[in-house]
Amino acid sequence: MLRYAVKRIGLAVVILFTVMLAMYAMVFLVPGDPASLALGPRATPELKALLRERMGLDQPVLSQIWHFFASAATGDLGYDVWSKRPVLDQILEFFPNTLILGALALGWALVAGVALGCLAVVWRGRMIDRLLGVLSVSLISVPAFVVAIYALLVFAVWLRWLPAIGAGTPGDLVSQAKAVILPAFALGVGWVGYIARLVRASMLEVMGENHIRTARAFGLPESRIVLRYALRIAIIPTIAILAVGLGSVLSSAVFVETVFGRPGIGTLITGAVQKRNYPVVMGTVLFMTAFYLFIVTAADLLIARLDPRVRDVFRG
Amino acid sequence: MSSGADRSLLRSLVSDPMGALGLVLVLLFLAMALFAPWLAPADPVKLDVTQKFQPPSLTHWAGTDQLGRDLLSRIIYGARTAVSIAVTSVGLAGLIGLLLGMIAGYGPRWLDAILVLLFDSLSSLPMILFALAVITVIGPGTSTLILVVVIVSIPGYARLIRAQTLGLSGADFIQAERAMGAGPVRVLLRHLLPNVVGPLVILLSMDIPVVIMLEAGLSYLNLGVRPPTPSWGNILYDGYTSLRSAPYMVLIAGLPLVLSTLGFTFLGEGLRDALDPKLRHGVPR
Amino acid sequence: MTGAVLQIEGLKLDYAVPGGRLHALRHVSLSIKKGEVLGIAGESGCGKSTLAAAMIGLTGANARQSAGTIRLGGQDMASLSEDDRRRLRGRKIAMVFQDPMTAFNPVLTIGGQLTDFQHNIEGLGRAEKRARAQAMLSRVGLSDPALIMGRYPHELSGGMRQRAAIAAALLLQPEVLIADEPTTALDVTMEAQIIHLFRELRDDYDGAMVIVTHHLGVIAELCDRVAIMYAGEVVEEGPVDAIYHGARHPYTRALMACDPAMIEGRTARLPTIGGALPDLRSPPPGCAFAPRCPLATDRCRAEAPPDVQLTAGHRALCHEVRP
Repeated sequence: MLRYAVKRIGLAVVILFTVMLAMYAMVFLVPGDPASLALGPRATPELKALLRERMGLDQPVLSQIWHFFASAATGDLGYDVWSKRPVLDQILEFFPNTLILGALALGWALVAGVALGCLAVVWRGRMIDRLLGVLSVSLISVPAFVVAIYALLVFAVWLRWLPAIGAGTPGDLVSQAKAVILPAFALGVGWVGYIARLVRASMLEVMGENHIRTARAFGLPESRIVLRYALRIAIIPTIAILAVGLGSVLSSAVFVETVFGRPGIGTLITGAVQKRNYPVVMGTVLFMTAFYLFIVTAADLLIARLDPRVRDVFRG
Repeated sequence: MSSGADRSLLRSLVSDPMGALGLVLVLLFLAMALFAPWLAPADPVKLDVTQKFQPPSLTHWAGTDQLGRDLLSRIIYGARTAVSIAVTSVGLAGLIGLLLGMIAGYGPRWLDAILVLLFDSLSSLPMILFALAVITVIGPGTSTLILVVVIVSIPGYARLIRAQTLGLSGADFIQAERAMGAGPVRVLLRHLLPNVVGPLVILLSMDIPVVIMLEAGLSYLNLGVRPPTPSWGNILYDGYTSLRSAPYMVLIAGLPLVLSTLGFTFLGEGLRDALDPKLRHGVPR
Repeated sequence: MTGAVLQIEGLKLDYAVPGGRLHALRHVSLSIKKGEVLGIAGESGCGKSTLAAAMIGLTGANARQSAGTIRLGGQDMASLSEDDRRRLRGRKIAMVFQDPMTAFNPVLTIGGQLTDFQHNIEGLGRAEKRARAQAMLSRVGLSDPALIMGRYPHELSGGMRQRAAIAAALLLQPEVLIADEPTTALDVTMEAQIIHLFRELRDDYDGAMVIVTHHLGVIAELCDRVAIMYAGEVVEEGPVDAIYHGARHPYTRALMACDPAMIEGRTARLPTIGGALPDLRSPPPGCAFAPRCPLATDRCRAEAPPDVQLTAGHRALCHEVRP
């Protein structure tokens, strides 16, 4: 287990390193000076020189890269010359909002998806199964931000049940909860279908295994076989997917956050892109990549713990 | 022989109601893109401020936007934008992925290791955030979109091709070919290529809706296709800014996006079922 | 016969397969009395595992029983609802499956599963069920049953798993216990131990036992009676002694000749039965064994063979045998 863990974490670090290098290289491969690009037509030579110095652009390339890596390793993602705040501070301020949104979206998707998947398995081969199949595919393919806009129009503008904009009043849990319902709904819709399909497929595979026949031969009720004997095994690949899902959910949260004007990583980075604010954009992408790698690695290790078969393979 | 196989593929696709629906939606969508100049009732970029915010009527079937442009025409031309970006980028990514995957699967092991690390790193990038980073550096626009999609999609295709190549290169007929002195290029092109293209095509067709979504999403953020070029994302954004006064705009602009992604997904599913009958087989009990 | 706990009469069963229906069981009749051990033998594909699955009512969604009855304790299984049939399983009839490797759920402990398997016993609490499970583990010869209760299947050896599977089957003292290839997945030493265990159990278990195997030695060791199956039919049935020493059906005789244990002295090569099983999607009109039979006549190829009663309890399905 330990050797597996070390290997898995080592790989994640190497990948992160490669990504950082690529991101940094990208800025240098592009013709033009980041400082003048960033300042746009307002640039005066003095302003440019000042900015270049602030961004460390007057140093030799290699020393810049070294500086970039060294500071990233200590958690310093650079300094935002516009808001005059360290990049990491801003990310940490907005990140919890996005994380809550993503977790709630995946949470409701998991509950609904597992339920639909189990339902399809119990009724396998029947009409309900086929209808659920079509429903799942449809949910998967509908873009989250279209769902977001439609949900906003229906529930916030027409019905006025829920707030349209923002993340609620700070400190007021009820208003914060109300504000997160629609975004989490929109963000999770696609995952409901995805998880339902995954659970169904993985359950059907498990249901064909010998031990399910054993359980049937002892007359266990079908509901118990599905929920205790099959779901436990079938849920394992779902957890792996959920981890990857959290990464991609946080990324697609960009659109949903923008639609609902909800402060978060998405609104932070889109604002920065529109201002061509390099340090914030690069810092956010790096941070999110690192977070994604962390989650995926953690999930791999969790699965190794959950499945006694995998666990022992790595123990030996 | 191949036309016979195609015909039976088409038949099994059409016999599956979802696959048939997908095919119809995709064909409609492609027709919209291809024949946009003939289908569109008006010029999609022609302004007429006197006609702004007209709800759907007989003269403007889908209404007009805040600048008085005919929405139906903009949506039809938007299909053209979406198709050209999706097809170009997915096709390009598929080609590069095919090449890299075959090199990784058939080439020396050190090269394989480097390429796999590269694929792993690329696919760890959150796609949308990475897209935003590239846009920051080289500015928004159609070519940026294509570039991002190509970079982010390559690993998926390359991995698939690599796995297929690895699986096949142990096969008897490949070994025999090598034993008879066939060079790597010959083996790759004549024997591996025909065998790995099928799954790739399925994957490509399933990725088209993803690209359509990304294009619409980024255009919605004003970071994709630059106005006044019509894009479904731009139209959605225009609708969003006047959500209260003209809700018909987002309702209408969202529809083609939903229908085309549904169509491509159903078609992809149908194709996969038709080409890979193993996956379709019975319901175990 | 009223003494039978399990009685199968004229059973026909087919599977929906690509290209038609596979007639896996064609007119099978068998009965098992209380306290009796019946062996069912035959080559792979003869339908013996299908028969075992049919006895317990677990033949898969693509199977169809087109004729015949299965009576358990006098009750026609077909007259019961699926739910009532389920309630009989474990309590009245239980099964030990082939391949103990996969017979247990990999993510639940042995103890948890043995407790669950007592689902159809009423009036016992979970703690009592656990205690019974543990006692049964010790009875099938597993030392330290308390430890084994908390183990996962993959943590046990093949022989231990097979013992645990037998323990599971005996937990409810079923009237009929079916063992499908109980020794096939084991090595020779393990096999001997499991056979020994079954012999021990025979003495203090008063239900009926059905042992399905392709291994004739196992049947000779354990069974009172044996039914030989070929191409979905029982071709010969009788007391073990009668069959082993006086087989009448040409197929049984060929099968006996192929069993390495039956060969005396050294031979250069093992005997085999020439030819192959008939295509069960379209069974031949005559005797299914005729194409491979040295005694076959034109009548064998054209007419279905009669069920010839040879001596009391010994019968064969053949044109060429006489009582």
